[in-house]
Amino acid sequence: MILRDVLHAEWTKLRTLVGTGWLLVAVVVLTTGLSVAAAAATECRGTGCGLDAAKVSLTGITVGQAVVVILAVLTVSGEYGTGMVHVTFAAMPRRATVLAAKALVVSGLVVVAGTVAVLTSVLAGRFILPGNGFTVAHGYRALSLADGPVLRAAAGSVLYLVLIGLLSLGVAAAVRDAAAAIGVVLGLLYLFPIVITVVGDPDWYRRLRQIAPMNAGLSVQATVDLGSLPLSPWAGLGVLTVWAAGGMLAGGLVLRLRDA
Amino acid sequence: MSAATPQPYRSELRPGRDGFAQLLHAEWTKFRTVRGWVFGLVAAAVVTVAVGLLGPAGSSFECSGPNGQPCGDHTPPVGPGGEAVSDRFSFVHQPLSGDGSITAEVTSLTGDDAPGVEPWAKAGIILKESTKQGSAYAAMMVTGEHGVRLQHNFTGDTAGPPGAVSPGSPRWLRLTRSGDTFTGSESTDGTKWNVVGTVTLPGLPSTVEGGLFTASPEHVVTTQSFGGAGSEGGSTSATATFDNVGLQGSWPRSAWTGDEVGGQPGGLGQAAGFQQPGGRFTVSGSGDIVPAVAGRGSTSKTIENGLVGVFAGLIAVIVVAALFITAEYRRGLIRTTLAASPRRGRVLAAKAVVLGAVTFVTGLIAAAVSIPLVGALERAKGLNVFPVSALTELRVVAGAAALLAVSAILAMAVGTMVRRSHGAVTLVIVAVVLPYVLAVASVLPTAASQWLLRFTPAAGFAIMQSMPEYSQVLADYTPADGYFPLTPWAGFAVLCGYAVLALGVATFLLRRRDA
Repeated sequence: MILRDVLHAEWTKLRTLVGTGWLLVAVVVLTTGLSVAAAAATECRGTGCGLDAAKVSLTGITVGQAVVVILAVLTVSGEYGTGMVHVTFAAMPRRATVLAAKALVVSGLVVVAGTVAVLTSVLAGRFILPGNGFTVAHGYRALSLADGPVLRAAAGSVLYLVLIGLLSLGVAAAVRDAAAAIGVVLGLLYLFPIVITVVGDPDWYRRLRQIAPMNAGLSVQATVDLGSLPLSPWAGLGVLTVWAAGGMLAGGLVLRLRDA
Repeated sequence: MSAATPQPYRSELRPGRDGFAQLLHAEWTKFRTVRGWVFGLVAAAVVTVAVGLLGPAGSSFECSGPNGQPCGDHTPPVGPGGEAVSDRFSFVHQPLSGDGSITAEVTSLTGDDAPGVEPWAKAGIILKESTKQGSAYAAMMVTGEHGVRLQHNFTGDTAGPPGAVSPGSPRWLRLTRSGDTFTGSESTDGTKWNVVGTVTLPGLPSTVEGGLFTASPEHVVTTQSFGGAGSEGGSTSATATFDNVGLQGSWPRSAWTGDEVGGQPGGLGQAAGFQQPGGRFTVSGSGDIVPAVAGRGSTSKTIENGLVGVFAGLIAVIVVAALFITAEYRRGLIRTTLAASPRRGRVLAAKAVVLGAVTFVTGLIAAAVSIPLVGALERAKGLNVFPVSALTELRVVAGAAALLAVSAILAMAVGTMVRRSHGAVTLVIVAVVLPYVLAVASVLPTAASQWLLRFTPAAGFAIMQSMPEYSQVLADYTPADGYFPLTPWAGFAVLCGYAVLALGVATFLLRRRDA
């Protein structure tokens, strides 16, 4: 059995679920919604207000990722919930290949939904932010993908969502239960930023921001004051890649070693 | 022979009762016999404590005195109410025995530094138990921008008429002691007096220190920077001029001493420095006489810093709570449940009671262990923990537990609505935890953060705020500094409102839909 057939099977399973379409729509709507709200609420009162226009207009990724987590977790946990997984593994016994196919299908869908979500967010920021003081007079050009850093922030945000999807997929394969897997992934994402606020030591503060999947990964959105970041934007995304790879590895091992 | 009439079979067993107690018992049995759920709650308690320990583990206090000497005692003084205070000011004083009064005309209050006088720079007359930091006092003062105030014991603040002082428009102040009662009055001309307020300081000794004081708090600049707001400041000083100082009652020493309370003894130098011919006094001072305020700039920790693990425990509890109902749908057990107890509203109520109780107990144990454990570790590392009253500590601990319980009921209600665990878990975590993350750790401006913590379920985290906000202290009262826009109980009520609403909708849907 070659990967193409497995891919075809996984694509058919995911395509024919009613929920998949809604989740992809939710990624776009929620991401854009929060981004618009953040852009509308943020004001730059003068030069040197220190705000990052690209990051503000991409705030919605923080909620969009939660929907990506559901989508990715369900492709694995959904099968365990219904018992479909037995059929899947009977038809396609090479479990690693199945996981890889799932990863490819989920990544493809996330790239599509994420690109739409990021483009609408940036577009909204382009029109809303100049009205809130992000003007040329205050040192801000209108957001444009022709700008290298903005393009990096936008493309990086799509990649960020893909990596979150892969991390979720791996955790779901390891944990199996949908609720528990979602709890683990959202805990990993949302808890680090909260814990960081109570850590007083500057070294720990920096270190935690370097290893936290959400903090590190979202540093790819930074376009100003890059020197103050604990990680360069791409290195941050690299840290998230390590998390995603670790999750996939754990999931793949559990799939191989445990009865379905 | 006629056959006996056959008797229909009657079970010997007495019919079971189907009261609410039986329902509770059934739900409790379901809960405790699912290993994963019990494990989930144990895990919630463990991660609450473990994540809480990360705070002190990742914090350190480094301090060195001048010339490499070990630094002095940096524990903030404690006021009469038990709260940490800041108590540093220039004090020109002499003892007053028994009842009496002090009167002074303040003719100017100016800042010694570039931006001008601080809004809460203070100058006026004070009667204080002693020159020891944190001792009880009552004071009448003029301020930079907040007019005349009568303040006492750090937290008490009564506003008098507004307006700054200048040689053209001086302000007369009078403070009268009569037993434990202190009356503050003000006047624009020294003849027509208005009472600003009366305060009671019980247990004050008969001899107190009375005199003139000046203080000027640190200048606070809030800057928005990458990754949120930050504030920086520096100490300032102010100078006030007093005229027509009049004393009534028994002032046995009849000589003035200059001190800097909270500074070096005799720091104000010799008496000549502040007393000038013609009975005029010029007093310069810096510091403040206010309750301490928590925040990112503070070296002390609040007790709720030790409860950061509650966020981790919350996620585990939400997962268990959502599964408590969605698992019934997945396994089809819900049909048995509803066949045994057809009154569906009561089933949901019983589930809510059982879930609320077990999560409350879990949270209570975790919080009651976390706070002293984290506090001890912080003290061992040389960090200070803001002292709070036992009642406040009780509210914070019980509040953290109630937060878990109400969030669990919210998750169960949402689970009843959507019937799927993944939807319920994600929805509740995103609704409860994400707004808090965005409010304390994102690029959102303070106004948006406060809006989030006012209207989303994350408002409930206010129940864990131990340090109150003081209108007479200028500071950054932002969510990132640990200050919620709503009072603890109001914030908690918002979360409860969401839970009640969700429970109502869940009951309605459970009755209307087929299981």
